[in-house]
Amino acid sequence: MSRIDVNKTYKLFIGGAFPRSESGRVYEVKGANKKFIANPAMASRKDLRESVVAAKSAFHGWANATAFNRGQVLYRIAEIMQGRSEQFVEEICALEGVSNKAAKSQVEETIDTWVWYSGWCDKLSAISGSLNQVSGPFYNFTTPEPLGVVAVFAENKPSLLGAVRTLAPVISSGNTAILIASEKYPLPAITLSEVLATSDLPSGVVNVLTGKISELASWIASHMEIDGVDVAGLSKSEEEELKLHGADNLKRVFRFTNRNHPERILSFMEQKTVWHPIGI
Amino acid sequence: MSDFEYANAPESKAIAKISQSYDLFIGGKFIKPKKGKSFNTINPATEEVLAKIAYADELDIDIAVSHAKLAYTKVWSKLPAKERGKYLYRIARILQERAREFAVVETLDNGKPIRESRDTDIPLAAAHFFYHAGWADKLEYAGLGNKPKSLGVVGQIIPWNFPLLMLAWKIAPALATGNTVVLKPAETTPLTALLFAEVCQQAGLPDGVVNIVTGDGITGAALVNHPDINKIAFTGSTEVGKSIARSISATKKSATLELGGKAANIVFEDAAVDEAVEGIVNGIFFNQGHVCCAGSRLLLQENIMDEVLEKLKKRMSLIRVGDPMDKNTDLGAINSLEQLRRIKDLASTGDSEGANRWSPECKLPTKGYWFAPTIFTGVSQSHRIAREEIFGPVLSVLTFRTPAEAIEKANNTMYGLSAGIWSDKGSKILWAAKQLKAGVIWSNTFNKFDPASPFGGYKESGWGREGGRHGLAGYLTSDAKVSK
Repeated sequence: MSRIDVNKTYKLFIGGAFPRSESGRVYEVKGANKKFIANPAMASRKDLRESVVAAKSAFHGWANATAFNRGQVLYRIAEIMQGRSEQFVEEICALEGVSNKAAKSQVEETIDTWVWYSGWCDKLSAISGSLNQVSGPFYNFTTPEPLGVVAVFAENKPSLLGAVRTLAPVISSGNTAILIASEKYPLPAITLSEVLATSDLPSGVVNVLTGKISELASWIASHMEIDGVDVAGLSKSEEEELKLHGADNLKRVFRFTNRNHPERILSFMEQKTVWHPIGI
Repeated sequence: MSDFEYANAPESKAIAKISQSYDLFIGGKFIKPKKGKSFNTINPATEEVLAKIAYADELDIDIAVSHAKLAYTKVWSKLPAKERGKYLYRIARILQERAREFAVVETLDNGKPIRESRDTDIPLAAAHFFYHAGWADKLEYAGLGNKPKSLGVVGQIIPWNFPLLMLAWKIAPALATGNTVVLKPAETTPLTALLFAEVCQQAGLPDGVVNIVTGDGITGAALVNHPDINKIAFTGSTEVGKSIARSISATKKSATLELGGKAANIVFEDAAVDEAVEGIVNGIFFNQGHVCCAGSRLLLQENIMDEVLEKLKKRMSLIRVGDPMDKNTDLGAINSLEQLRRIKDLASTGDSEGANRWSPECKLPTKGYWFAPTIFTGVSQSHRIAREEIFGPVLSVLTFRTPAEAIEKANNTMYGLSAGIWSDKGSKILWAAKQLKAGVIWSNTFNKFDPASPFGGYKESGWGREGGRHGLAGYLTSDAKVSK
C-alpha cells in the first residue's frame, strides 16, 4: 500500500499569520486535470479590513527602513524562493496544466523579478528625485516617498509570476501591500506567502487574500485607507467600477504592461519637494 | 498704530484697456457664443462691473475642442519641437513686456493687492513659459522614456485665486510637450485669460493651439465630458476634483488634479520667533488666504505659544487692509460675495464650537467684499475650522508638546498639499520634513513657488505634480502604463 500524502490547508496571510477566513467560507480549486486540489479561503470584507489594519501598522517601519535594508529583504525572498523552486513548479504544473519546462521558466523569471526589484530599492531618488534650480537663495529638492497601503490584483495567469510582478515593485519603495491572488489559480500566491513569512519581511508588509475577485474589488474600491491599486487582474468593467468608487479618496489606480519597469514602482510613490533658505 | 500713516500710493488704471465685452477665443479668433449668452465680471473691491463675458455652453465647447483637435493633428504635432519652444519663448517675453498691464487687470478682476500681482503672479507666469519653452526640444532627456509623446487635446480648468499664474502652470507644460489646449478660466476672474488670448495672437501662435472658453461649472463639466479630450488638468476644490475623477473613470482620459489643502505650519520651540511670525503672516494672509497651500493651521509648541501669539497679534495689527490698487496694501478684497459668505459661515462655526476669535482693529471699506485678518485660538482638531479649507484670511491656532505630537496633528487631515516647519535645528527640520505627509514642505520659509519646483499633493490634495521635470509626466505618454 502506498503512503497517503499529507495535503496542505491553503489559508490567508494577514499580519504575518495564516488564518482561515473569519467567514468560514472556502471555494474549490481543481487542477488542470479537473481533479480536486484544495479548498482555499474565500476572504470576507472583514478579512480585507484586517489586512488593511495590518498593512497600515506595518507601513511606518517598512517605509522608514533603509533602502539598503529593503533591498536585502527582497533579495532574501529570491534566495528562499530559489530553494523552494520545485514546490512552485509542481503547483504551477498541476494548476495551470503547463509543461514542467514552462513552469520552471515561470519560477525562474519570478525569482529574477525579485532580484531586479531588490536592486531598485536604493536607486529611486537617483532616477526620479531632483535638486531644483529655483530662482532665489533656496535649497530645493524633490524626492519620491512611498504612498501607503496598496492593493494589487494579480493577473490570472501566469499565476506566480503575475503575482510577483505586481507585488515586488509596490513593496520595494516602502509601501505595504495586500495581494489579491488569482481567483482561478490562487495556490502559488499562498505558497509565496510562506516564503515571505520566512524571508525577514516584517509582518504585515504583505498580506495575501484569496477569494472572489469581484467582491474584493468592490470592497477595496470603497476602503478609505487603501491609497493605491494595481488592477492587473481586473476586467475592464471591474477596473472602471473600482475607479468610480475609488475616487472617494482619490485612489491612485493603474494598469501596466507586462514588462518590469521602474514606473511600476514610481507610480505608487509621492514626490515630496522641500524648500530651505540658504544664508548665514 | 494710527500715528504712523502711509500716504496713498495708487497704481494707475490707465494702462488697463478693458473692453466692454469679450467673446470666446476659439481657433485663433474671438467668436460669439452660439446662444449669445453672457455674464458679468466685477471688481470685488468696488462691486463695479468690469466687462461682459461670453458664456460657453456644450455647443461652444464642441467647437473649441474641434479646433484644438484640428490644430493638434494638422499643425502643432507636426511642428519641430525646437519651433514649438520658440513660440513659448515669445509668449514669455510678451508677458514680460505687458507685465504692468496684466498686473493691473489681475488686481481689478481678482481683488488681490497690486503688489502681489505685480511682484508674484505676473513675473512667475512669464517665468513658467520661459522655463517650459526650454523643455520643448529636450523631452527625450527628461527621464520619462526614450520617445515620450504628447497626449492630444487637453482640457484645463483653473481657479480664481491666481488667474494668470494658474493659466501659465497649465498651458506652458501642455504646449511644451506638444499638446493643444482648451482652457476654462474661473467664472469670477476671466479677464487676464482673455488678455492672454491676445498675447497668443501677438506671438503668432498657430490658430486653435490655445482656446479660451469662459463660463461656469456647467461649462467646465462639458469640457471634462467631451469625448475628444484626452486629458484633464484641474485646479480647484477636492469635491470637484473627485467628481472629475468619477466622470472619467470609464474613459481613457487621464487627469492631474491640484486640489484643496489644510496645511500645518509648525513652529518648534527653537525657531527664530520673529522670522516665524513673518512666515505665519505670509502663510495665511498672502493673497487673502485664497491659497490652496495656505498655512491655515498654526501648530505652536506649547512653551512658546504666549510669545508667538503676542508678536503675531502685534504684527497683524500692522497689516493694511483695503484698496488693492494701492501699492501699500497687504490684504485686498475677498474675490466674490459667494466666497465671503463661505468664509463668514466657517468662521462662525469657530465661534459656535468654542474657539476664540481675534482680529486687529481695522476699518473695512463699505463697498466690495472684505474680511479682516483673523485668528482663532483654543482650536481643537475636531473643530471644523481645523479640518475644512476656509480659503480666506483665517488662521486656526493649535498647540503641541512634543515633535511626535506635532507630526501626528499635522498629518491628521485628508489633505496633504503643503506644510511649514520653523526650527533652527537642521536635523529636526529634515526629520519633520520626512514625517510630514505633504507634497511641498517649506522650512523656515513659506509660500514659495518656482517653475523648476514640482508642486502637488499627497492624499486627497490631488494627483500628479505641476512644475519641474516631474510636471512634464502628466502631459506625456508613459512607457509602462496602459490607459485602459
